Amino acid sequence: MPEKRLLLRSHLGVDFTRLDNYLNHGGFAMWKRALELGPDGITAEVKASGLRGRGGAGFPTGTKWGFLPKDGRPRYLVVNADEGEPGTFKDRYFLEEDPFRQLEGILISAYAIGAHICYIYIRGEYWNSKAVTEDAVAQMYRAGWLGRNIQGSGFDLDVYVHSGAGAYICGEETALIESIEGKPGMPRLKPPFPANYGVFGYPTIVNNTETLAAVPVILEMGGAAWCDLGSPKNGGTKLVGVSGHVKNPGLFEVPMGTPMREIIYDLGGGILDDKEILAIIPGGSSCPFLTKDEIDVPMDFDGLKAVGSMLGTACITVIAEGTDLIGVMGRVAKFYQHESCGQCTPCRQGTGWLHAIVQKLDAGAAGEEAIDLLVDACNGIDGNTICAHGEAAAWPIRSICKKFRPQLEAAIRQRAAAAA
Amino acid sequence: MAPSIGGAMAEFCSDGLAFSPTAKARVAELLGRYPRKQGALIPVLWLAQEEFGWLSPAVLDLVAAELGLSKSAVLATAMFYTMLYKQPHGRYHVQICTNVSCYLLGADDLVRVAVDALGIQPGETSEDGLFTLEAVQCLCACERAPTLQVNKKDYFRVTPAQFQQLLTQLQEEGLRLGPSVGWPGADNCQGALAEAGHA
Ligand SMILES: Cc1cc2nc3c(=O)[nH]c(=O)nc-3n(C[C@H](O)[C@H](O)[C@H](O)COP(=O)(O)O)c2cc1C
Ligand code: SF4
Ligand code: FES
Repeated sequence: MPEKRLLLRSHLGVDFTRLDNYLNHGGFAMWKRALELGPDGITAEVKASGLRGRGGAGFPTGTKWGFLPKDGRPRYLVVNADEGEPGTFKDRYFLEEDPFRQLEGILISAYAIGAHICYIYIRGEYWNSKAVTEDAVAQMYRAGWLGRNIQGSGFDLDVYVHSGAGAYICGEETALIESIEGKPGMPRLKPPFPANYGVFGYPTIVNNTETLAAVPVILEMGGAAWCDLGSPKNGGTKLVGVSGHVKNPGLFEVPMGTPMREIIYDLGGGILDDKEILAIIPGGSSCPFLTKDEIDVPMDFDGLKAVGSMLGTACITVIAEGTDLIGVMGRVAKFYQHESCGQCTPCRQGTGWLHAIVQKLDAGAAGEEAIDLLVDACNGIDGNTICAHGEAAAWPIRSICKKFRPQLEAAIRQRAAAAA
Repeated sequence: MAPSIGGAMAEFCSDGLAFSPTAKARVAELLGRYPRKQGALIPVLWLAQEEFGWLSPAVLDLVAAELGLSKSAVLATAMFYTMLYKQPHGRYHVQICTNVSCYLLGADDLVRVAVDALGIQPGETSEDGLFTLEAVQCLCACERAPTLQVNKKDYFRVTPAQFQQLLTQLQEEGLRLGPSVGWPGADNCQGALAEAGHA
């Protein structure tokens, strides 16, 4: 068993949505430690831990906190709980089953960065997550863990749950900020970065739910010890998911750098009907696809980058042999077209073309030349947009065209034969 | 897309379209959470949708007036977000995930079950105002695929037979309860905070 559980504890069978249960299992013990360390001490531990953002981009968290300007303006903490990346189901765990873990991380992190207001932006479709997290926030207010002078510390913090309303693009941090401001979720040009100009123009730190949930564990173990759990430059443990054609789909926790093969076969139970793997999406559908020969890769930011893909959200989608890749590509293309905010032409038009070309392929109305056309369109999007949504569409589709060309050609011939 | 049947609801509720006292108190509380009042816009649009069923032009005007924002700002935001309804929706909003993991495990079979049972295509609402059917993007419970949502409730690892049974139940319940809040001609245009969810 390659698992190492520090965050994930559904197996304990305890109802962690109740504050008393959370407290009885050592909850909020790290608040005391945080006060001892002070803001700079906490940031130093987080830096030492090597914690990299769990939202997908993997930016070092402590470094990001250090970007806040010291100019006396009010600061905000924003939690990115807009989980929407297709194939992903990790933040949902905290929001629904262990909400105080994230909230303890929020309290400590807000204290570290000097924020007195935190917005938790939860995806609109996550009704249960919103209800559980709102209830957890209310429990904390009642028990003096939020509000004025928290537990006599002199520190004030208000936490508000802000519901999204059905737009994937609001997961992009500047679109999320626009959305909190009550505007359409259109990403901003960067710079300025949120640390300087975030919600309502104030200095803002945006962190993913899992990133913040790791903070209390880091304080408990000490940053250096936590870092040592993972591979070099990829500290700690990571929640990983396995879904698709596997026998034991689910959410697990492993040291960073655990071989992907072990996650798929040991934790995920191997492939349904003992088939071969056709393709792997390593961490949500924005990541370039991998072949079955590429799964001996360490599951961490650098390992996946080395094989031309990304760790992303670390929730793996397994696609077994015999699956129609044109069908899969159709779902991917449709998603990115539907979710494009529309403000850059290469993304708005390009994702439309991708979807239209794949639809033609699917209908048997296009030949092999359409594969080259898809690659062309992807190249036209890549690097030419305001936010990474364009690449999130182009990279996976281009990877399918390049790595799975024989399978695509066979699928095209099959459709032609069926039509004849 | 412009709300095409906006007029119907606006006329229907035009007499004294207003937030309930509970909702008004909630608006005040929401305004206190943001340093600028537009921050409260999306939360207040959610609130309005729960009160009136959907965001007709009249409801959007009400929100603009309530928050002191321009009508165009309110409209621009309302139009951007798919979960903010610019048209009346069925009492049961059936949303089937058809993204990759669910596709791999039979989501399209579930869509066929719904199309056959309800007689509508994804994106359509039944004439009686009971059902809106939609093929939606990843609900992020892929380890429990195939997934779907009816109003606020999730259904995981759904088989076609289970889904068929669920739809039959909802059809029976819907005949008893009638169309959703805010459905043109329905006698329930307001004060429906409790009704928006299907428990
Ligand atoms: C199209 C797009 C969608 C994104 N969706 C999410 C998301 O759902 N959740 C998330 O935490 N980060 C998402 N991100 C990444 C955020 O922009 C940002 O990097 C992250 O919230 C930073 O937090 P972290 O440093 O803790 O990872 C997305 C980025 C892009 C370009
Ligand atoms: S890349 Fe796409 S989603 Fe991102 S800002 Fe441009 S149009 Fe919007
Ligand atoms: S693909 Fe259906 S829940 Fe993720």
